[in-house]
Amino acid sequence: MSDLPLIQADRAVPPPAATTTTGGRGRRLRLLSRTDRVVITLMVLLPLLLVLGLVWLPAAATVLLSGTNWDGIGPLNEIDWVGLKNYDDVVNNYPPFVPAVQNNLLWLAALFVVATPFGMFLAVLLDKELRGSRFYQTALYLPVVLSLALVGFIWQLIYSRDQGLLNGVFGGDTDWYGDPNVNIWAVLVAAGWRHVGYIMLLYLAGLKGVDPSLREAAAVDGSSETSTFFRVVFPVMRPINIIVLVVTVIESLRAFDLVWVINKGRNGLELISALVTQNVVGEASRIGFGSALATIMLAVSLVFITIYLWTVMREGKR
Amino acid sequence: MSRPRSQAEYLARLVPPSVAGLNRRSLLAGAAGAGALLGTGALAGCGDSDSGSGGDAKSVSLGSNQSDPKPKDVVAKVMDGFKTSSGVTVNINTVDHNTFQENINNYLQGKPDDVFTWFAGYRMRFFAAKGLAGDLSDVWGKLDGYTDAFKKASTGDDGKQYFVPASYYPWAVFYRKSVWQQRGYQVPKTLDDLNTLGAQMKKDGLNPIAFADKDGWPAMGTFDILNLRINGYQFHVDLMAGKEAWTSDKVKKVFDTWAGLLPLHQPDSLGRTWQEAAQSLQQKKSGMYLLGLFVGQQFSGADLEDLDFFTFPEVDSTIGAKALDAPIDGYMMARKPKSKDAATKLLTYLGSKDAANVTVKNDPSTLVANSGADTAGYTALQKKAAELVGSATEIAQFLDRDTRPDFASTVIIPALQQFIKNPKDISGMLTSVENQKKSIFTS
Repeated sequence: MSDLPLIQADRAVPPPAATTTTGGRGRRLRLLSRTDRVVITLMVLLPLLLVLGLVWLPAAATVLLSGTNWDGIGPLNEIDWVGLKNYDDVVNNYPPFVPAVQNNLLWLAALFVVATPFGMFLAVLLDKELRGSRFYQTALYLPVVLSLALVGFIWQLIYSRDQGLLNGVFGGDTDWYGDPNVNIWAVLVAAGWRHVGYIMLLYLAGLKGVDPSLREAAAVDGSSETSTFFRVVFPVMRPINIIVLVVTVIESLRAFDLVWVINKGRNGLELISALVTQNVVGEASRIGFGSALATIMLAVSLVFITIYLWTVMREGKR
Repeated sequence: MSRPRSQAEYLARLVPPSVAGLNRRSLLAGAAGAGALLGTGALAGCGDSDSGSGGDAKSVSLGSNQSDPKPKDVVAKVMDGFKTSSGVTVNINTVDHNTFQENINNYLQGKPDDVFTWFAGYRMRFFAAKGLAGDLSDVWGKLDGYTDAFKKASTGDDGKQYFVPASYYPWAVFYRKSVWQQRGYQVPKTLDDLNTLGAQMKKDGLNPIAFADKDGWPAMGTFDILNLRINGYQFHVDLMAGKEAWTSDKVKKVFDTWAGLLPLHQPDSLGRTWQEAAQSLQQKKSGMYLLGLFVGQQFSGADLEDLDFFTFPEVDSTIGAKALDAPIDGYMMARKPKSKDAATKLLTYLGSKDAANVTVKNDPSTLVANSGADTAGYTALQKKAAELVGSATEIAQFLDRDTRPDFASTVIIPALQQFIKNPKDISGMLTSVENQKKSIFTS
């Protein structure tokens, strides 16, 4: 039963059309006027400069500053170089660091294992054009429209120990936001609530783009809905799947607003991004120390970025 | 230190020794000058004319951290008063209290408002020393109603004034008179009394001591008062300055005592804001609450009249119970205000007794700094608070105002929360604090 749709799916993928493009591109290049070339150069150059100035320069500065003890005040030439002392302090002399790394990993796992698949599942359901699907779509997407800070406040009303909805309705006295064993889970629910809507919308857009004839063909061949999804639709949606994967990783790495609104990322809600902010943005201004934390985060992100780029480039070579 | 006999003498003790020392010297030299400033107003007039270059600014901006509804309203009324008297409009930019504090560094280096709310103590001197605040010596020439002590508390390390004090408030243990009368509770004089009272309250179904530390700073008040009661004021100053070791037996004793009191505190404090804890006192679910006088903001009408307090009882009879936290709030000027003229006018008004009178009329949760203000409008609570502060032998500004901000926020807050979570591992927590302190204070 399972062989048939697989064959169908393979046939359904349009064959790569590589032969016609090269000649066309050459002709088009010759047709470019001087103005066109200037425009194109500018179009490449300006974004490049912006990216260099707004992304790579600050990133490089962060790495440099992580070797100093700058307090954020005064001219740059008064900065003292302290080498790797900040990194030593981060790892050996900063109690919130280890919990922060653990929480970031937990965040990634929770989004990856629970929230993302659930969002995909909702998208598949909504794609069925149920009655009132627009209503569900709006309801589920609503938290994405709200800022995470607002999401934080909403959940505060639900989670407050003494005055919150949850304890009020169920008569419990769980300290949802104060108990370090509980609060990370409580926050993950709130974060997941938002993430699900996000993924749902992304995926729904992808699903709408899947050629209906594929499904029809699968149905004609007697494939069940489940196997149609996993054997036909899911593989066809490879680009969207990769985007969803990347979005999930990015969301878990940059998770910040929610814990910041709740308690500034302390007491069980430590995240690396919150620690960076505590040190860099606060009245504290341990810019050097905070930069070391940020650099560590950059390094972790680079691992994921490298894997992603490697996958994409290998794809391109095929 | 003996008890002060006058308000002036008490206020003299608001000043940390470092500044007091510096100022005593500079004051000898500057006494005549200060007298001239006050007496003739000649220099003050001078200030007016040369700041006239700022143009005929009809508005001035104020960055305010008074984000709670009541204080926000008071600020608005004070600024209305300024507009009436000067014709200059004040654009108030209110920022959430904690956010304002945490962003102060960037705020001051960016484009700050002409005038902004801030605190006396290490925090003020720190930014003044970094050149991020405007010199207010001219304004001080026009102010009266301030004792020398307030002037010292407004003085930076260089001997110039950078701060106009507006209000101050003591920290004490608050309770509801009606509850205590009904149950026959007596104000505890010693730690043992407090423990006995707490046990009784527990029996009566109350949380003995309301407690909240979600935002990280309220627990500093508990640490401060225990440290002041157990080790005295000078140790507090030295510890905050990084001169004493957190691993010492003295600090350990503070936490041991605190650990003994923790069972009397409202449980699950780390998920609760001070407002929520204050409401548990207001709803008669808690018996006592150690907090600043601003706790009154959560009470109104008859409930507010029912509110009373006592100073934290003595722990060590050789130290006594005469020291307390009583932070001063006030205003500072940006280093380069858009209109120095208007900013100076505003600050002069804010330091005047007119502004203080507006505050007295509208805010029953704070004490005004200007002694010329008409304090007949004080509630019984405020009168008692003023008396309490007047009878104190030493006044601290509060943990995070008396030490480096980076140390207070990145080390002490997580450490205190760690202690509240797990009061058993005091030595481990203190060793970590001491190691981090060494790294921060030497950098």
